[in-house]
Amino acid sequence: MDLLSRYRNVTVLLLVIFAQLVLLAYQVKSNQDVRLIRIWAVTAVTPVAKVVETVRSGAAGFIGNYIFLRDLKSENDRLKSELGRVKVENEFLRSELDTAGRLKALSAFQQQNPSRTLPARVIGITTGTNSKVVFVDQGSRAGVMKGMGVITPDGIIGKIVAAYPTASQVLLITDASFAAGVISQKHRVRGTVVGLGQSKCKVDYIQNEEQVDRGEKFYTSGDDGIFPKGLPVGAVAGAPQPGNPYKEVFLTPSGLQGGLEEVLIIIEGVHMPIPDPATASSEIYLQPPPPDEPAAAPGGPTTPADRLWERYKKIGEVENHTYGEGLPGSKPPDFNINLDEAAKAAAAAGQGVGKALPPAQNLRGGQPGQAEAPAPPKPKSQPAPAAKPKGESKTGTAGQTANELP
Amino acid sequence: MSELTDRILISNVRESRVARFRRWAFIVVPLAAILFQVYLPLFFQFFGYLEMPLLVTIYFALLRRDQVSGTFIGAGIGLVQDSLSHQPLGMFGIVKTMVGYFAASVGMRFDVDHSAMRFLLCLLFVCFHQFFFWVLSSALLGQQMGFDAQQIFFVGLLNAAVGIFLFRFLDKLRERA
Repeated sequence: MDLLSRYRNVTVLLLVIFAQLVLLAYQVKSNQDVRLIRIWAVTAVTPVAKVVETVRSGAAGFIGNYIFLRDLKSENDRLKSELGRVKVENEFLRSELDTAGRLKALSAFQQQNPSRTLPARVIGITTGTNSKVVFVDQGSRAGVMKGMGVITPDGIIGKIVAAYPTASQVLLITDASFAAGVISQKHRVRGTVVGLGQSKCKVDYIQNEEQVDRGEKFYTSGDDGIFPKGLPVGAVAGAPQPGNPYKEVFLTPSGLQGGLEEVLIIIEGVHMPIPDPATASSEIYLQPPPPDEPAAAPGGPTTPADRLWERYKKIGEVENHTYGEGLPGSKPPDFNINLDEAAKAAAAAGQGVGKALPPAQNLRGGQPGQAEAPAPPKPKSQPAPAAKPKGESKTGTAGQTANELP
Repeated sequence: MSELTDRILISNVRESRVARFRRWAFIVVPLAAILFQVYLPLFFQFFGYLEMPLLVTIYFALLRRDQVSGTFIGAGIGLVQDSLSHQPLGMFGIVKTMVGYFAASVGMRFDVDHSAMRFLLCLLFVCFHQFFFWVLSSALLGQQMGFDAQQIFFVGLLNAAVGIFLFRFLDKLRERA
């Protein structure tokens, strides 16, 4: 005892340090927090921070607008003092509206977003070295729970790492211990966004073979159970470089670009589709489409097959031939007949078209040029039907094709 | 001994007397310092370099001139700071406990009302605090934090300069004998 009382100060020092070491070891070993102490501290500090922030935002808006008003007043000296007083009041109300405007934008986004969210205000930053953790003024009393995502209309901000009765801690996307699943907008490449402790983030686990463009946007993939799918995360900063073992892709987080004041906590997330990337930009010239072909008459032929079918039908009518009839070996219709001349000849003769048939060599070729082509010499005698199954087969095939066409 | 040395070392009873503060000061001042560190860097990142809770720990420990008091003041402020951080409780607590103990030890030996002495002690303790925190983070938590001695020195200088004015202000809270 004498020894202890003699070295009382050192003993107290060692005991206090030892107690804290045990506390530290317990937390690291069990991966559990000593929640009671934190609740006391947060409950003691955050209400004061909330009050200070409310006073600051109100005062800053009023002072800023009042200085602006003073400039106006110098140009309007002749205005009555009563009018000036009214303007001061007006500017005060306008400053209130500015604050309300920000909140209104957030509210509009909140209504547009299918996820159920809770608006919150950032009231402080944590004390850890190099940590990117902030306090928001909504806690477990408002339904906030650990693990919930935090967003702004511009993108994701971070996630709740601790929820206290009056406030919550938000681990920002730039913190080194942050991670979330992401997917690229254009090439649908999946990865994990991790913080670096700096203003930029890194997308990990992207194979070198996969393509990611500079400026390509990344969205949440919904795989992590924190953020619903389809929330913007950021855009690729710089050109992605091949790395070992994964591609080096860095993101500029879009949610942090507009500063941190008001945020939304995702109470109940709803997955959304990832928007398609913007198509051709205005700088790319696109050739106009070719002019339309003359429109076919309603019910008329529109495709080459239709036109062929029409031609075969007319040939059948001109030659008085019914497709699918006739015995094997009977004369097939002349498919090379010139229909225009045949129609003229039929009209001039006023007779049946079957009798007014011109010689085959003068009528062959349905197309220009083919009519003048010399006709192959005709055989003097027709071979027996049984001796030319090939020609019969061809005729039959043509007839069948025509019948099968719509 | 020279006149300066006589001035710096405690030479009479008046200077060695333990400074007494109003009780609320032990609650309000550390709370305000922590609030300062929690709130202001949100808008001015520059203030993130100021270790106000540490400066308050040093001040109270130096002027209380009692090692046990210094130990508990450091532990209390450190644990509250830990509670508001995203790391296990005890990191700031252990470091500030040691700072409080050593500051009280120094306060028993030197005249800590002297501005030059306050500046030097602040510089020394801020550098010690930063270095020891880095050691604990690396050794106990396995965190790979960069160690920039030059930055720590400049942070120490900055805090020491602010500490002089802060200590002058806090002197007004001392109870007159």
